[in-house]
Amino acid sequence: MTFPMFRRLALLALCTVLLASCSPSAPPWQLNDVSGHLPDLQFDLTSDTGKPMTAADFRGKYVLMYFGYTHCPDVCPLTLVHLHLVMQKLGAEADKVRILFVSVDPARDTPPVLHQYVTAFDPHIVGLTGTPNQIAAMAKRYRSAFNIDAKQANGDYTVSHGSIIYVFDRRGHARLIGNSTDTPGTIAHDLQLLMRQD
Amino acid sequence: MARTIRLALKLVAVAALAVCTAAAAASSLKAEHGWVRWLPANLPAAGYVVIRNDGDKPVKLTGADSPDYGMAMLHRSTQKNGSDSMEMVDAIGIPAHQSVALAPGGYHLMLMQPKHPIKPGDTVRVSLHFDDGETLQVTWPVRPANAQ
Repeated sequence: MTFPMFRRLALLALCTVLLASCSPSAPPWQLNDVSGHLPDLQFDLTSDTGKPMTAADFRGKYVLMYFGYTHCPDVCPLTLVHLHLVMQKLGAEADKVRILFVSVDPARDTPPVLHQYVTAFDPHIVGLTGTPNQIAAMAKRYRSAFNIDAKQANGDYTVSHGSIIYVFDRRGHARLIGNSTDTPGTIAHDLQLLMRQD
Repeated sequence: MARTIRLALKLVAVAALAVCTAAAAASSLKAEHGWVRWLPANLPAAGYVVIRNDGDKPVKLTGADSPDYGMAMLHRSTQKNGSDSMEMVDAIGIPAHQSVALAPGGYHLMLMQPKHPIKPGDTVRVSLHFDDGETLQVTWPVRPANAQ
């Protein structure tokens, strides 16, 4: 080993030791911490059972929220299956959690269709729909873009929608965000941590 | 006489078996682990499968149809800039001696307009068409919405 190379290596080792000792303890969250950066849970929409629903109906519950639509056979089911697995991992604590599936396709997602869709995945999911204006306001509030794509010849169309899973605490404060690439284990870990902190 | 007929039938059976085996061996394409994620309310469902190409040439999956659905299309989900989209694709290439998975969150077969009520536990028939002229006919189980 030449002397300069040894010196470089030694320097590298020293830096590594210094960095390790100076860096603060690793953040406890495995998802992204957004505390103070996103608005509290607030909405005025219609549930999949046809009832008006607001964020007040979920006070005291931890809330996972995702924007999607029922004519979405692949990625929305993938995300909802992940959230279903999170509920299974939480066991009895799943009762403290509700999953909000907010439709970005209110024209097709009537409460009855939404109801059949969400209940096929997990009993803790509540489907929410509303007028196009209500949905647009909701998506804007959470910086979630969606776009109804051009209609095909047969009248079908797809909708591009945000991939974010939002996590709110029992008081409705936005705390964490993730997406469908986060494993159910990761999401369950952070929810349990949130429950321990409260 | 009866003995002769029995012998003739046996010979025919053996010959038929040989022909079938030869036909199966000729195909270098295999569709494995196929399944459909059921959705309620006649909503479009997604079909998933692993296609293996044991041949020396690349092939393309160019389309599909099913006697159980009005329409089947090749689709791909993509996630970029925090947005999930789904788009139609014309073909899915399978390189020589490789497999391509149509799996949740990526390529999938979008199965629309069920022709009769379909529920988890049923099976559905699908034909996969390739650019070399081959068609694979497969039967896939229908799994619940929340199947992994």
